Amino acid sequence: MSTTRAAPPSPRSAPERGTGGSGADERRLTWRNRLYRFDMRYMPYLMIAPFFLLFAVFGLFPLLFNGVVSLRNYELDDPTLPYWAGFDNFARLAGDEDFWNALYNTFGIFLLSSLPQLLLALVLASLLNRRLRAQTWWRVGILLPYVTPIVASTMVFSVFFSRDFGMANWLLGPFGGGDAPIDWRADKLHSWIAVATMVNWKWIGYNALLYLAAMQSIPRDVYEAAAIDGAGPWKQLWRITVPMIQPVVVFTVVLSTIGGLQLFTEPMLFDLNAQAATGGPNGEWQTIAQLIYKVGWKDLNLGYAAAMSWALFLIILVVAGINTWLTSRLSGGRK
Amino acid sequence: MSVDTAPRPVEQAPAPRGRRARLMGRAPQDTPAGLGTYLLLAVTILFSVFPLYWMFVIATSDDEALAKIPPAVVPGNQFLVNLEEVFSLQDVFFAAGLINSFIVSTVVTASVLFFCSLAGFAFAKLRFKGSGWLMLFVVLTLTVPNQLGIVALYIVMGKLGWNGTLLAVIAPGLVTAFGVFYMRQFIVNSVPDELVESARVDGATTMRIYWSMVLPAIRPALAVLGLLTFVATWNDFQWPLITLSGTDFPTSMVAISDLASGNYVIYRRVLAGAFVATIPLLVMLFVGGRQIVRGIMEGAVKS
Repeated sequence: MSTTRAAPPSPRSAPERGTGGSGADERRLTWRNRLYRFDMRYMPYLMIAPFFLLFAVFGLFPLLFNGVVSLRNYELDDPTLPYWAGFDNFARLAGDEDFWNALYNTFGIFLLSSLPQLLLALVLASLLNRRLRAQTWWRVGILLPYVTPIVASTMVFSVFFSRDFGMANWLLGPFGGGDAPIDWRADKLHSWIAVATMVNWKWIGYNALLYLAAMQSIPRDVYEAAAIDGAGPWKQLWRITVPMIQPVVVFTVVLSTIGGLQLFTEPMLFDLNAQAATGGPNGEWQTIAQLIYKVGWKDLNLGYAAAMSWALFLIILVVAGINTWLTSRLSGGRK
Repeated sequence: MSVDTAPRPVEQAPAPRGRRARLMGRAPQDTPAGLGTYLLLAVTILFSVFPLYWMFVIATSDDEALAKIPPAVVPGNQFLVNLEEVFSLQDVFFAAGLINSFIVSTVVTASVLFFCSLAGFAFAKLRFKGSGWLMLFVVLTLTVPNQLGIVALYIVMGKLGWNGTLLAVIAPGLVTAFGVFYMRQFIVNSVPDELVESARVDGATTMRIYWSMVLPAIRPALAVLGLLTFVATWNDFQWPLITLSGTDFPTSMVAISDLASGNYVIYRRVLAGAFVATIPLLVMLFVGGRQIVRGIMEGAVKS
């Protein structure tokens, strides 16, 4: 199993200790040999051990243990309940209106954020995929939202979308029609749009860079061939570029599905009463991640929160699978 | 309409007229950007910058500025006043939050760089039984959203007695699968096998090779991974909120959310705090923007 080894001279052929022929010199050689063998054989495992140990304890174990917790009565304020709950938590989930409402909100916000986000990122990437002056600065510039803490940007958008003196209403004023300002926290659609705007703002630039990287690795002669068909830039984007970068498109769809369905910070802090974690007075924009937080740490029912996490996990798996399939179909990539 | 400054490539066939025809067949990345492209990009940058600029405007204003129509768009002169209020609030611990964020982000970044480059080196250049399977495991865990284990993580931290301490925030971040993956990819290409072999012939131990040959060779990748890790750790909110809220030493993000809670939110304070907590990241983007861009783009092509 060892790689090409030239040194140190392997004394394995020499008689091992006990058979005679000892002496300090040879013992040192044996010791070095052992060190060498240890280094070759076991050192690699020692080097990867920190990753696997830490990941096992703080990543994998909690994920699996979550399944155990979901079968228990883990209520922090009521230790008198029986230890095991069986599938009670899951049964309760099926009839829980809050859960279905949060699921509905999560999907609504997800649709309003992922679709525009990825489409605009594609357009932005194709803009950046030209010979540009100061190209690094454009790329760095569109990453400003990516490095900005979501907590900070959400607070800005929170002011932006305020009913009475918000900039959104002021900008919409001439087009808004009626005199009544929009109350962005009063109904589902408007609050979803507000939250989705925050998500879009944060991630368009990041996704554009992912697309740009893929676009630049498309072989140039593909475009030469396309010119014969007389494809303009717009057609080029949809007929050539997008199918050619399909793996990255699928990758971003999966990423935004995983991220979008776990949305937490934006809906939390958009709420004027953030600590309650209700996502609006009547849960207008409460997401599942937010509901998990509320059930676990406000209602102190960790068992039920764990069951919800599992449900969310399954939902993410299914939706990510469906989206991958859909994207591969729609973007018509190489088979 | 457009201003072409770059030399045009020699055209062969009798070219059709017009700019569009002239550019046909050229890959987009060889096509000089027109005025329209620059305009659209400028608008995009404006959208990126504006919320940050407006954060600063409100952070420097008094209460009246927020209740104006049309809204204020010019910075005021109240920044220091607002800042002093933020730092002197009784139950928010903003200064502690900033210090804690620095501690957590620095420790996590250093640990990720060390452990992930160590494992990445082993996977890239050393032969050992099961390395293929173990690497596959790393790649698979890339996609697992470990936020979903957050309830159990809280219970684990409770058993360890770490909830409410920085340890609870630091421990889960010490290694990342992405870090191992990224480091492995980089080391495979940037450290020649012959170099490792000849060092072995000279009797260097594996750790010695890591320390004096691999680490210097992967400095650019360390910069990229370090910047990405620092930004992500600094901005993390959900888990720190769960384990640290209600304590005297939150992270800066939790402290901002504390500023924003209560019956009446004073936004000039909240955004003054938010602005201060954003400055370190803006500095990082300004200094290391090139690396961050590279890291994101390299990650995309390889995955």
